[in-house]
Amino acid sequence: MSPPTHAAVAPAPSETAGTQTQPRGSRRVGDLLFFNLTRAFAGLTLLMLAGIIVSLFIGAWPALKQFGIAFLWSGDWNPPKERFGALIPIYGTLATSLVALCVAVPTSFGIALFLTELSPPWLRRPLGTAIELLAAIPSIVYGMWGLLYFAPIFSQYVQPFLAATLGKIPVIGGLFDGPPLGIGILAAGLILAIMIIPFIASVMRDVFTVTPTMLKESAYGLGCTTWEVVWNVVLPYTKAGVIGGIMLGLGRALGETMAVTFLIGNMNVFNGFSLFLPGNSIASALANEFAEAESELYTSSLIELGLILFVITFIVLSLSKLLLLRLSKQEGTKT
Amino acid sequence: MMMNEAAVSLETQVAFKHLNFYYGQFHALKNINLEIYKRHVTAFIGPSGCGKSTLLRVMNRMYDLYPEQRATGELLLDGVDVLDKKIDVNVLRAKVGMVFQKPTPFPMSIYENIAFGVRLHERLSKGEMDDRVEWALRKAALWEETKSKLDQSGMSLSGGQQQRLCIARGIAVKPAILLLDEPTSALDPISTMRIEELIAELKNEFTITIVTHNMQQAARISDYTAYMYMGEMVEFGLTDQVFIKPKRKETEDYITGRFG
Repeated sequence: MSPPTHAAVAPAPSETAGTQTQPRGSRRVGDLLFFNLTRAFAGLTLLMLAGIIVSLFIGAWPALKQFGIAFLWSGDWNPPKERFGALIPIYGTLATSLVALCVAVPTSFGIALFLTELSPPWLRRPLGTAIELLAAIPSIVYGMWGLLYFAPIFSQYVQPFLAATLGKIPVIGGLFDGPPLGIGILAAGLILAIMIIPFIASVMRDVFTVTPTMLKESAYGLGCTTWEVVWNVVLPYTKAGVIGGIMLGLGRALGETMAVTFLIGNMNVFNGFSLFLPGNSIASALANEFAEAESELYTSSLIELGLILFVITFIVLSLSKLLLLRLSKQEGTKT
Repeated sequence: MMMNEAAVSLETQVAFKHLNFYYGQFHALKNINLEIYKRHVTAFIGPSGCGKSTLLRVMNRMYDLYPEQRATGELLLDGVDVLDKKIDVNVLRAKVGMVFQKPTPFPMSIYENIAFGVRLHERLSKGEMDDRVEWALRKAALWEETKSKLDQSGMSLSGGQQQRLCIARGIAVKPAILLLDEPTSALDPISTMRIEELIAELKNEFTITIVTHNMQQAARISDYTAYMYMGEMVEFGLTDQVFIKPKRKETEDYITGRFG
């Protein structure tokens, strides 16, 4: 088999040598075209980004002018009286995302740890695939399932249990206080947690897998248990990837609309910090109210909410970069 | 010289008895019988895939991490069979330090790289830990270079320094035996020389086994040499004798470079 291929390859150099100038010229044009095309694509994304920011600003301008910076901490959302403030949706967005992270991060860590270090090899693929499939469920399905099946069970069994246990602890007890309605910030946060687990868990699994075997074996060689290896060596080694995965999940949670709309209760009045209470998030306020916003000020207040969500996401991403910088500083300089 | 030394004190640290090892179906070590002597350096030489590294990995039960790998026979460390399922591998591994082909500093400070392993097995006060870290770094001939920057990342050191840090980390838990798996294969000649000097120093206190592809290195630093081929122990003896007057033709072929 090999001699014929040699024969076929051999004449090739002389062929290109003979007609060297012609193809090179056309290839250079092609290269230039390709270069400019890719540059245009990259530029287009930047242009879109700038365009979205500018249009959000223009759209939000009437509200910005009317309410000023106080829009951020006013809890008054009263469309008939044309008074708008973003505090409740901001609080709802942050609270649901925080609940989601508190549940999803440890769970995902456990899943990734099990899949990479503890699981018998035959179980790894099916289990990993099943978890990734969770990400394939459309968010509207999560919302419907959450409202029709999860919330009733949640209010009947889980909330009374939480109120009787965590609710009795001073300070944090206030978070688990009040009537078990099913829907509310906690329910929305938990559904969000289920939705972001596949993202965080699969990123964590991937970065745990690329940790050099020799590094792990060095730690095992000192007498570490699996937990000690993962906690003290694998996790610090992969922290950039792990934080990246968490931020991916957080970004998803902050902007998630449909599932949250179904479960958060869409209540624009602040009644306390209990997680059992219904609330509202920026994304679900936008989804629910855009159709009925008639006045210019109402629409522009909603657009300003959108702008705030954009800024929150931006701040979260910047904070994660800062966190990574600090962590690498703590670990000392690298060469 | 070495003959006299050997005659003075020869205590057995590790004894392999009819040891066989399998990677799934593959028979990687075939009926190994061998004694490793206390406070001497034993070198394992042989072509790639002959089972030298596997032999080291049996001694700290590293193969336990992989379900398809198993060993049969007996492996006595200070008279105790380490292949016994009832042995606590975490305690065993504290007695058997291991250093790998490439430096593997943990992603933490130089101080923590050493204190981490000690903390797994002993409760020490801050002062005692400081002393232990200094002791280990001095033993590994790294103290002078690192004493002013103990809080810096272990990864900030050069390759040779990182490897000495890994040796310091291994001896800090005061093991009985050190397993060095080609410890200088990723290092430059000067770093290699320093590690070799270090091994000569450390054998006063520790039993050392070293796998190496570098025959000159084996000849320079070891007291005993084992030549392995295809999972079998072909020849074992005093290094001088193995290199100058090998008993087996295969050993001679390998050492003189006619093969491998």
